[in-house]
Amino acid sequence: MAFEQIVFYAFSAVLVFSAGVVITVRNPVHAALFLVLCFFSTAGLWLLLRAEFLAIALVLVYVGAVMVLFLFVVMMLDINIAVVRQGFARYLAVGGVVAILLIAVMAMVVGGDYFGLERTPVPEPIGEVSNTRLLGLQLYTDYVYPFEIASVILLVAIIAAIALTLRRRPDSRYQEPGRQVEVRRGDRVRLVSMKSEERR
Amino acid sequence: MNFETPDFLPVVPELFVLGMACLILVVDLFLSDRSRVVTYLMSQATLVGALVVTLGLSSPIAQVTMNGTFVLDPMATLLKSVVYIASFVAFLYAKDYLRARSLFKGEFFLLGLFAVLGMMVLISAHSMLTVYLGLELMSLSLYAMVALQRNSATASEAAMKYFILGAMASAMLLYGMSMLYGATGTLDLGELGARVQGAGPSSLVLVFGLVFLIVGIAFKLGAVPFHMWVPDVYHGAPTAVTLFVSSAPKLAAFAMLMRLLVDGLPGLHGHWQDMLILLAVLSVALGNVLAIAQANIKRLLAYSGISHVGFLLMGVLAGTPEGYAAGMYYAIAYVIMTLGGFGMVILMSRAGFEADRLEDYKGLNERSPWFALMMLILMFSMAGVPPFLGFWAKLAVLEAVVSIDLIWVAVVAVVFSVIGAFYYLRVVKYMYFDKPEDEHSLVAGSDLRFLLSANGLAVLGLGIFPGSLLALCASAIG
Repeated sequence: MAFEQIVFYAFSAVLVFSAGVVITVRNPVHAALFLVLCFFSTAGLWLLLRAEFLAIALVLVYVGAVMVLFLFVVMMLDINIAVVRQGFARYLAVGGVVAILLIAVMAMVVGGDYFGLERTPVPEPIGEVSNTRLLGLQLYTDYVYPFEIASVILLVAIIAAIALTLRRRPDSRYQEPGRQVEVRRGDRVRLVSMKSEERR
Repeated sequence: MNFETPDFLPVVPELFVLGMACLILVVDLFLSDRSRVVTYLMSQATLVGALVVTLGLSSPIAQVTMNGTFVLDPMATLLKSVVYIASFVAFLYAKDYLRARSLFKGEFFLLGLFAVLGMMVLISAHSMLTVYLGLELMSLSLYAMVALQRNSATASEAAMKYFILGAMASAMLLYGMSMLYGATGTLDLGELGARVQGAGPSSLVLVFGLVFLIVGIAFKLGAVPFHMWVPDVYHGAPTAVTLFVSSAPKLAAFAMLMRLLVDGLPGLHGHWQDMLILLAVLSVALGNVLAIAQANIKRLLAYSGISHVGFLLMGVLAGTPEGYAAGMYYAIAYVIMTLGGFGMVILMSRAGFEADRLEDYKGLNERSPWFALMMLILMFSMAGVPPFLGFWAKLAVLEAVVSIDLIWVAVVAVVFSVIGAFYYLRVVKYMYFDKPEDEHSLVAGSDLRFLLSANGLAVLGLGIFPGSLLALCASAIG
């Protein structure tokens, strides 16, 4: 038990620390990298809870895909951090009061009183089960309706992304592989009969 | 593992709309720009078909299926039907407007249909999971529709504001849901209601979750103090999109309010009543006062919409079946009126001219007496002048508040709606007593003219015979 607790506190400390750094560090690339660290420590916590599928999905999807894309965008856009930070001091007072109030209320509620072991006891161990298998069974049986709606949301995202970004510009240059393949020798090469020059 | 195949029959309308939307998506790919009208006609046919299917499946008892994530009850049938009709009207009003601005693309109607699907899911939700997914499906489609006019800076700004604030509201809603789930251990709204009743109303964590739920709902409804996006989005989006955003989604947001608070948390009625009183009074006051200062009719209608949301909340906060019916009646009445209001803006506009300043309505009576009369009916109805529809809707919610002895709320609402009458009457004054600045004749097609006339006359007709719609709402609440 003690070892599990040590692991838990280690991951949690890293998580809280890196989450704090994400919003305080000046360089957006560093912030994105600390967010990656955040996701890793969360994945570690989930592994500790024996939710191995979620842990691996988090690393694969968020770290592997989303954050890499994010880093690309951050590096390409060259965001001027000074402009983003303008007005920080002006909003600090109001924002700080709201944040402190929120944290105070959360501290009252999220804790042992309402979510402790007396109210939600540890479930009985039911032997070896595969997370992935159970999740798959649940998703395609009991939760098939929400699952399908989620897929429709992704379809809408695709339509929206294409509708908002695809535009044919007359001055853009692009390749048409179909026409490239169709090309015959006669279209590109012209044989010219020339008299060979005399050797001097 | 035991698994029983769920009853798919109640879900047929959703499946029909989804199937048709996917079909239209593929058909639209093969259409040239000249035959784009096929997309439009297929979308309208989908809405009509969905209406027929939904009415065919209606039954007086609630059926829960899909493992408790879906419910079909009279309220769902009525609200879905009004959503189809409102979307049908909005698409028809939008057609000529979009064509004049080279926005007449398949995406508008497709995203519209997916938004309708999201509203249907939300209206029929019986689990916090489906509430959230339906809401996201609807909202994502709406964000994209607002941004559809890519070369307009104001539309992009509006879409950005809508998207970021909407994402924050969704996050709040999810946080609230996670609290409720943590405290009760269920996502099913019926089960949640039972467990909350057992936990007693004093459980702090439930109230904490409730606050976040209400923030999310209030944002989607556009109630003060979560209204900041409404004027900017209504103003910045193309009028055809504003028309759609301001009409059917309000019904879905009303359904979300009913599902989460009335179905899910009846045990906390005392708590959410106080919060809704605050939202309602602030919305009625701020919406009506700020609308006076507007020179742009789309912003004016946005602030008037905020005040109408305040009235709608008054019906729900009463916590009685009559109150819920009154709230629903108000929501439907508001949708009919807002469709007419933005429909008038579309009627007045033409390519390169938006007709969104109040001055553009000067002397409308000389240019077109018939549509000046229609606008007069709509404005009087929104202001709550008898015998138009808006009056009976206001009367119904005020009766609901008075019946639970919250007379001060009713007095505040009446005082501010009298103040609000000023800006509606100013539009009427412009139309009838000022000289026209703009001498162009109206260019709208005959289908738009016909439907807009029908819309105006419906406001008058439902005002003269108010009983049927109210009875329909009362029977839907049961």
